[in-house]
Amino acid sequence: MSHLIVTPVVLPALLAPFIIMALRHHLDLQRIFSIAGTVALVAITLALTVQASDGSVQVYDLGDWPAPFGIVLVLDRLSALMALLTSLLALGVVLYAVGSGWDERGRHFHALLQFQLMGILGAFLTGDAFNLFVFFEVLLIASYGLMIHGGGPKRLRAGVQYVVYNLLGSTLFLFALGTIYAVTGTLNMADIAVRVAELPAEDTALLRVGAVMLLLVFAIKAAVLPLHFWLPASYANAPLPVAALFAIMTKVGAYAILRVYTLAFGPDVSATQGLVGDWLLPAALLTLAVGSIGVLGAREIGRLVAFGSIASVGTLLTSIALFTPEAAAASVYYMIHSTLASAILFLVADLVMERRGGAIIAQRPMPQTGLIASLFFVGAIALAGMPPLSGFVGKLLVMDAARDSDLVWSIWAVILISSLITIVGFARAGSILFWESHDAAHAREAEPEPDEEDEDLPPPVSAPASNLTFVAIFGLIGGLVLLTVFSGPAMNYATATADALFDPTAYIDTVLKRSPQ
Amino acid sequence: MEILVASAIGILTAAGIYLVLRQRTFPVILGISLLSYAVNVFLFASGRLATGMPAILNKYEDVAYTDPLPQALVLTAIVISFGMTAVVVMIALGAFLSSRTDKVDMTEEGDEA
Repeated sequence: MSHLIVTPVVLPALLAPFIIMALRHHLDLQRIFSIAGTVALVAITLALTVQASDGSVQVYDLGDWPAPFGIVLVLDRLSALMALLTSLLALGVVLYAVGSGWDERGRHFHALLQFQLMGILGAFLTGDAFNLFVFFEVLLIASYGLMIHGGGPKRLRAGVQYVVYNLLGSTLFLFALGTIYAVTGTLNMADIAVRVAELPAEDTALLRVGAVMLLLVFAIKAAVLPLHFWLPASYANAPLPVAALFAIMTKVGAYAILRVYTLAFGPDVSATQGLVGDWLLPAALLTLAVGSIGVLGAREIGRLVAFGSIASVGTLLTSIALFTPEAAAASVYYMIHSTLASAILFLVADLVMERRGGAIIAQRPMPQTGLIASLFFVGAIALAGMPPLSGFVGKLLVMDAARDSDLVWSIWAVILISSLITIVGFARAGSILFWESHDAAHAREAEPEPDEEDEDLPPPVSAPASNLTFVAIFGLIGGLVLLTVFSGPAMNYATATADALFDPTAYIDTVLKRSPQ
Repeated sequence: MEILVASAIGILTAAGIYLVLRQRTFPVILGISLLSYAVNVFLFASGRLATGMPAILNKYEDVAYTDPLPQALVLTAIVISFGMTAVVVMIALGAFLSSRTDKVDMTEEGDEA
């Protein structure tokens, strides 16, 4: 049993208290340790991904208790990939936060960030449903701190909303887990899968209730339509580098849906057949539509990007909700892309916001307009899904996977029309922000009522932010370019991942240590 | 006993949801606490209700026992909800002191309404 699997959880869990207790007053050392820890996480998760890429499933028994009784961490292709994506994104965010000076504007930024990473990585790696809840809470409680980092009345009020919404979600999560435990008598995901398959058909009413409640919880995390209301206000009012890190949090919900509803309540399980996909697909399409309309209507750059990321979650869940191996492969590919693309745009939005405030209105040109405008252009192309970046490949794959669905025409129509709306929305925002600013006729002074939040911020530290911010953004863009260039190998990996998801016997046998029949 | 526990969970949940919908931070926090009490009792009941039974196996004689796992789950849930309540109280207090309003909703204008 290799101990490498548990290190992505243990390393940040040790680093964060160390930063709080030993380095409390030394920001430079905090930065060094935080960056070094994140680099180490990238290396570890890369090694894990290499280990998992041959298709083997590795199980780590915490406390050496065997599976249905103890808690297990499980490494397979999907969890390794998500862990790698998380640590790469975190590296970009941490470099940006150090470069832009965001980590100076409140206390304990780096410690909270490491706790957040611990929660996210744990949620991806765990094989136990209750442990998933615990890691959700770890990542949430760290995100509460990061969300209000820097303070300010507006941000604190948005923070209250965010916390309350997520506490309600956690309560629902516990109700769902209690229901599932009452029916199956286990909380290990692989064991749940075995028990659910054995359950007599007339005893499944309570199980279906539990499955749907669990879906609602994950839908809250992923910001699917009727439950998406928390996202725009939270992300737009959070410090935008933190919002970039939160781009992975909606994917935690998507990952959980993909994992639980292929493993435990899979498409072959008669008890919950057709229960999830039939509801999730229309909701995902509506999410996509509302997200793109929100992009068109946004009057503030933070909300613009927040709605853009809602739209990308909509595309992602449309693909997941089809519940076929091809669609799951497409969604794995699109998940990588949309995480990176949303994060890039949030970081670019922060560059804009630092220089001229968040409102999308024509103003005098800001410093470094040309560079920032090009970065915004690249990010918008990526998030809207236009060639040549990987968003185009991803959307193409999603649409191709939808070919066999009954709703193929509505799926295609919604994806294409919403892409167009998103492009128009980003083009409108971009031309107001970057072009009309040069037009003397439109140039007016900043509105008399600037964001109340801006007054509370200290003046931008060392005005044109250090090069580290651009290094972070270019690094993430480099990730997108690599994903586009190597879309063949990436898609092979995604296809293998999806095939394993839809044939979970290897996963279940390894976790429960049964000899393969 | 079942009817008593079930109605207690139901009443706590209903009262919690009502309070959460009040949209002012103090009732909302009370509502969340009530909901977390409800879910704790619910989790406890998910291992079936039993009175006066030990939560451990006896290796010498064959006696009835109650499921210990939900008790461990409830313990975890209590600790987590306690910590979360403390966090939300602090954040809500900070929001109230800095913006002088305890409304949970964020409307663009008319905060004083």
